[in-house]
Amino acid sequence: MTAVDIEIGHRPDLTGALLGDTDPAAQGGYRDHPPRMGFFTDTSVCIGCKACEVACKEWNAIPADNTVGLTGMSMDNTQGLGADTWRHVAFIEQRKPVAAQDPGVLHEGIDVLALAPNGSGTPPEQAGITPTTPGAAGDFRWLMASDVCKHCTHAACLDVCPTGSLFRTEFGTVVVQEDICNGCGYCIPACPYGVIDQRKDDGRAWKCTLCYDRLSVGQEPACAKACPTNSIQFGPLDELRERADERLAQLHEAGVDDARLYGRDPDDGVGGDGAFFLLLDEPEVYGLPPDPVVTTRDVASMWKHVGAAALTLIGGALAAFAVGGRDR
Amino acid sequence: MAECHPVGFQWVMEAKARGAKIIHVDPRFTRTSALADLHVPLRAGTDIAFLGGIINYVLANEKDFREYVVAYTNAGTILNEDYRDTEDLDGVFSGLDPDERTYDFHTWQYEGMEAQAASGQRDQEYQDKTGGKGGSSSSATRQSGHGEAHGSGGVAISGVPQVDPTLQHPRCVFQALKHHYARYTPEMVSDICGVAPDTFRQVCELLTENSGRERTSAFVYSVGWTQHTVGVQYIRAAAVLQQLLGNIGRPGGGIMALRGHASIQGSTDIPTLFDLLPGYIPMPHAHSHQDLDSFIQAESTKKGYWAEMRAYTVSLLKAWWGPAATPENDFCFDYLPRLTGSHSTYETVLAQLAGDCAGYFLMGENPAVGSANAKMQRMGMANLEWLVVRDFSLIESATWWKDGPEIETGELRTEDIGTEVFFLPAAAHTEKDGSFTNTQRMLQWHHQAVEPGGEARSDLWFTFHLGRIIREKLAASQDEMDRPILDLTWDYPTKSSPTRPEIVEPEAEAVLAEINGWDAQGGPLSSYEQLNDDGSTACGCWIYCGVYSDGINQASRRKPGTEQNWVANQWGWAWPANRRILYNRASADPDGKPWSERKALVWWDEDKALWTGHDIADFSASKSPHYRPPTDATGAEALSGMDPFVMQADGKSWLFVPAGLTDGPLPTHYEPQESPVPNLLYRQQRNPVREILPMVHPYDRFQPSGDEPGAEVFPYMMSTYRIAEHHTAGGMSRYQPYLSELAPEMFCEVSPELAARAGLEHKGWAMVVTARNVIEARVLVTERMTPMTINGKAHHLVGLPYHWGHGGLATGDSANDLSHLSLDPNAHIQEVKVGQCDIRPGRRPRGPARVELVLEYQRRAGITEKTGTEV
Repeated sequence: MTAVDIEIGHRPDLTGALLGDTDPAAQGGYRDHPPRMGFFTDTSVCIGCKACEVACKEWNAIPADNTVGLTGMSMDNTQGLGADTWRHVAFIEQRKPVAAQDPGVLHEGIDVLALAPNGSGTPPEQAGITPTTPGAAGDFRWLMASDVCKHCTHAACLDVCPTGSLFRTEFGTVVVQEDICNGCGYCIPACPYGVIDQRKDDGRAWKCTLCYDRLSVGQEPACAKACPTNSIQFGPLDELRERADERLAQLHEAGVDDARLYGRDPDDGVGGDGAFFLLLDEPEVYGLPPDPVVTTRDVASMWKHVGAAALTLIGGALAAFAVGGRDR
Repeated sequence: MAECHPVGFQWVMEAKARGAKIIHVDPRFTRTSALADLHVPLRAGTDIAFLGGIINYVLANEKDFREYVVAYTNAGTILNEDYRDTEDLDGVFSGLDPDERTYDFHTWQYEGMEAQAASGQRDQEYQDKTGGKGGSSSSATRQSGHGEAHGSGGVAISGVPQVDPTLQHPRCVFQALKHHYARYTPEMVSDICGVAPDTFRQVCELLTENSGRERTSAFVYSVGWTQHTVGVQYIRAAAVLQQLLGNIGRPGGGIMALRGHASIQGSTDIPTLFDLLPGYIPMPHAHSHQDLDSFIQAESTKKGYWAEMRAYTVSLLKAWWGPAATPENDFCFDYLPRLTGSHSTYETVLAQLAGDCAGYFLMGENPAVGSANAKMQRMGMANLEWLVVRDFSLIESATWWKDGPEIETGELRTEDIGTEVFFLPAAAHTEKDGSFTNTQRMLQWHHQAVEPGGEARSDLWFTFHLGRIIREKLAASQDEMDRPILDLTWDYPTKSSPTRPEIVEPEAEAVLAEINGWDAQGGPLSSYEQLNDDGSTACGCWIYCGVYSDGINQASRRKPGTEQNWVANQWGWAWPANRRILYNRASADPDGKPWSERKALVWWDEDKALWTGHDIADFSASKSPHYRPPTDATGAEALSGMDPFVMQADGKSWLFVPAGLTDGPLPTHYEPQESPVPNLLYRQQRNPVREILPMVHPYDRFQPSGDEPGAEVFPYMMSTYRIAEHHTAGGMSRYQPYLSELAPEMFCEVSPELAARAGLEHKGWAMVVTARNVIEARVLVTERMTPMTINGKAHHLVGLPYHWGHGGLATGDSANDLSHLSLDPNAHIQEVKVGQCDIRPGRRPRGPARVELVLEYQRRAGITEKTGTEV
């Protein structure tokens, strides 16, 4: 990997920065930079082995954090992305047919759905069985999906960070610098995916770095390296998008009508994700927001309103002086 | 496979991406099912009925690859007229001795030829083949239930089998197969296995449409097949099917055994098993006055490559005892220990309990959690004088004496235990040089990446220095008994790293060189065909001969697949002779032409008069397909140019096994030791010669089965298994925080129906009870578990991952506390894939009440020491 030239003191060109497909590294001030890198996670070939979770923790020295024991959520005991889980594999048991698969699972004698009233979204404490999505009796499939920070084109976490701890890398990814983070926590509500999180014992914010340290020496991220089935693919985002489009067409042709890409579209509310997914159902089923929007989208117009309000205030004050002067 | 072998499963996914259809047959819906094209849940313990049903479908609909079957299998061979099938004798074969629990295999033989086993229980034939020389076998050998032949002796041991190539002779193997499996109909499969006829037909069609001249199908199995009282016959059933479909010796075919962990294949090739020497040479039994000649005469074959057993054995003895092994002293053959019966891990535990076994080494094994009836394992260890545990962490097998379950129940008190326990930390594979042998028989070398931490040392280091120190202590001994130790070649070169000069590590490659072998001048050998029986060659394992050819570690080759042909035989090294697919002569037709271009692997090049192709031929390279042996030929020369199965005495693949198995020539459905269902096919409920240990121990009571009174006390089926999150008995995973948190505690999996029926609450506690023990587990209610309808009645399965124990970061009771010691008679493996139990809500009792609860169940079910031991 060649050295990257950053223009010190460069003022980012914000034209179009908050909308549509842009070059985030260029926006971040990198004059010559490598192509934007990202993940394409094809959940249709995920086998739920969790090698990604473990490889991520190993490489990044993240603490083990399961304090609850068995969650009862299928084979998922780490529950979701957080300060100490940067890759997370979701397991979804569903009454839906997989194309050309006869699961041979038939529960006729019992009202299974009454035990899991809200499908896969049933909170663990309320579930009477491993949460199950409603569907026809006899249909059954088990979805697995490895979730990760999306490395948004328009990253709200980065926008709101007051210390510069969160920054855009030359690869177009978003990274927190733990030695700069002051633990203010602004980034946490800013993330439209609920990814970034404060670590309980130190208060600082943590999330996936897309293995910035590995990328810098020409290696792929630990999770992609460990994935045995190539469910997690790493590479230049342009290539990944092309590959994902082909894979989607292939699945549609095979009759997997549910298949869809998530975070692939540069025109979505976050300008497309650097880490995007092929899903086999609605995003909500996987615990993903259906229509994420960069929470700082309206900052510019908010500043306009702030400006207008300020002008009004100033005008009012001047008027007050004027009036006062007259009074005097 | 996705659960236990996720890394290997990538190739299944790759095959799927190329259009392969994946069928997953398993009682549970697992990660593998989630990615398969078809998941077929079947009742645990009924795979032979299922596979037998497919065999029947193939035979009844003439879906077999007839040219392959006629040319390469023993389908046409005529059987002895005294042979009686299970159809004739209501579930047993001719030759059963119910008192001794053994079969006399003589009636299973071919007419006019005594076929010799190339593997398995070869000592069965000892008396026949030595003409009664050596006298009677010891009673211990008999007691072990392992087929000492007790026939007339002196039966002709050679001859020519009679073959009917039309397969019409009423006594030919093909007709015997048809007769045997005729009642394994789709309806019978449905009644026994709980597999719907439609689903079953779909499996039959997918498999047969994808087999034959142009296409091949592969079977992959794991301990789900082996850990049964009929485990070996499960695999045999798949072998029968694959032979009929022409899927052996051809690309994309075969039967792949996924082993429990890395290099289990290596540990049978160079065995940690009591009854084998390296390269599958049998360990000699304790016959009186047996010498090398009578051993070879009894155990080798007249035809095929096992005819060279003397060369393999003498070379092994030369590798071990070097100059001390001479023709005059039978090459130190008498230095080898002798078997006096079965000495498997379970007999060893009984010997510990009886006070006959004083010391025990555990190297990378955690029987206090991982072996059947784990309580017996712990109680056995409590009766030792000394115990050495070499592992990464303080596993349960090293700590049971202070914190084991029996300390809690009061059955053991630490201050009363006399066992001296030594714990020696072990180095991981990343911390040492060595090889892994995978299921494809491929050796891959791994180089040390880091020095071991702290006191950890490699197994090689430990074994070498232990031997060195023992030899030093014995150096002055004049006792004959010590000669085998003192005469060993134990001169391996050592090395030390600059950072850890105190670690004097033997050179692993020097051991590999000894395994490979050398000639009289010390030059490395390149093929087992170079081995001599006169002491001029030494070879530590004949099948590995060639792994160090030209003095180069062939196992460390790593030429990328993209830089060579698709067989890729320049990656690592596979035995024998770097051939990647065994018996690949069968990939070509009898004339030596590939069956199809699409499935071409090796073929006969008439111009060069050589076998050539993508792979290295598993055949004599210059033997023409048209070669026919003279009648007096022996060894490899006795096999014709169209006999691909070169290890077999007749060069054929065996649909019917005339010798070598203790429990029958054809796979037959029997119910497991403990089953809620009577055998619907035969009056015979269980495998009549399953191995019940000679002393049925009070810790190991069996339960009533099927319709027997008391069976209702244990109304549910249970199965133990692994999940992706943990590794076997947990020694490598439960002590790692990142792995422990993924599956942090013991749980059981039940269907919503079973939960409702037994009153179990999701995430609540349940106790699971058998006649051996009671354990507790958190409950995971899931639709992935489904009730099975068997013969019109619903049956429920309790799923029990067996990873946990009282130690480590992720803890829980051990599922193996529930299992028993009824074993497969060929391989001595435990039946832990299926059993019967009760499950009820709540936590198990603590203290002495735990034992009392089990006794109460035993009383309620009317269990005595006789229960379940019937033939």
